[in-house]
Amino acid sequence: MRAHIDPAPDLPQSAIRTRFHRFISPPWFYRFAARWSGRLGWSALLLFAAGACGGLVLAPPDYQMGDSYRILYVHAPAAWMSMFVYAVMAAAAASGLIWHLKLGEAVARACAPLGAAFTLCALVTGSLWGRPTWGAYWVWDARLTSELVLLFLFVGCMALSEALDDRRSASRAAAVLAVAGVVNLPIIHFSVEWWNTLHQGASVARFGRPSVDTRMLIPLLIMFAAFNLYFLAALLNRVSCELLDRERRTQWVAEVARG
Amino acid sequence: MALLVAAVGGAAGLSLTALERNINLFFSPSQVQAGEAPDGGVFRVGGMVVDGSVARGEADLSVNFALTDTAATIPVAYTGILPDLFREGQGIVALGAMRGGVFVATQVLAKHDENYMPPEVNQALQAANRGKYGGGDSGAPSLP
Amino acid sequence: MAEFFAMGGYAFYVWGSYATVTAVLVHQYAAPLIRRRKLLRELAGEARS
Repeated sequence: MRAHIDPAPDLPQSAIRTRFHRFISPPWFYRFAARWSGRLGWSALLLFAAGACGGLVLAPPDYQMGDSYRILYVHAPAAWMSMFVYAVMAAAAASGLIWHLKLGEAVARACAPLGAAFTLCALVTGSLWGRPTWGAYWVWDARLTSELVLLFLFVGCMALSEALDDRRSASRAAAVLAVAGVVNLPIIHFSVEWWNTLHQGASVARFGRPSVDTRMLIPLLIMFAAFNLYFLAALLNRVSCELLDRERRTQWVAEVARG
Repeated sequence: MALLVAAVGGAAGLSLTALERNINLFFSPSQVQAGEAPDGGVFRVGGMVVDGSVARGEADLSVNFALTDTAATIPVAYTGILPDLFREGQGIVALGAMRGGVFVATQVLAKHDENYMPPEVNQALQAANRGKYGGGDSGAPSLP
Repeated sequence: MAEFFAMGGYAFYVWGSYATVTAVLVHQYAAPLIRRRKLLRELAGEARS
């Protein structure tokens, strides 16, 4: 169970490989997380403040929706993050399945509750936006339904990784679900093009110019950056917890705990 | 492990094919005229509210309008509160059934497009479309 | 100022959205920090005994 660092001195690419091995080794990553999560968290907070100020105060109202469109500034980044976090979780889960990377398993497990949180935010804010503009809190159209399926996938991964007593097989079961669920990502993204939906098409993530006025777009881009930094910071916190817990019988954890 | 993959994949495939028929939220007026919508049953129809077709009842909340997808047009009757985004030229989705050539709706939802802009930019765009930039009195903001 | 909080009549929807997102994100950030502190205390106890 001890963290193992292989120097492999006689290989030509050994320098890069050693670096990479060191990066993905639990003790090194723990220290990396401790050093960076705080900084990332504070930068995210600053960007959140700037984005909210821009979106709620500085940006002009929409010509059709008035002030209700300001929900866009939390809805769109949350929805985007829900899919991005899923992709990260699936990639980490796959690395755990294929190369038995401990860090991959820990990252995948840490992503699930964060992704569920973003998905929940996207669904709730979308619902609160839908009521005044569309006339309904919820409609079973393809975009909304596939996003709800994404929430179930995240919750399913969380439940599976808790379900079995043996942590490794629980991780593997959750990882298989995570990888299989990737089919849902293109379905969510293209649902508004493939089928008739009430939800509108993409405004920013599309070919050509975004169909959002520049003064409205700038706070939105700041919010996207804030959500991404927030995710990194929160992920590092969760992964470091996960590593401490998983490796609790190793020398490095004992050293960390002693302070 | 392989069994779990197969099970998840199979479930996803099955539900997708099951959804295939019902995954579209609404029928277009052309589909309704071609008789593709359930006959006499409740379904959704989506399209654009025809300009100048909205006629509101004087005493109650009843409203009549024409719904088009540019190829076909069907008349719609509705009584109730309309969403904020309902207006002529706007995309909407109505839930109801055909009653003697008229679609009687029990719910009307407004569809939004992916464009976001401030009111003055929209005015300038519309002025530009009409071919009269500002009309001499108000200087329209320059367009991007 | 009152006009700002009224959000053109959409106060409930706009502030409801921002409040939900703030609550969820703060919780997601704080929960692992609290758990880590507890875990470290527990592990330090184990190391000493």
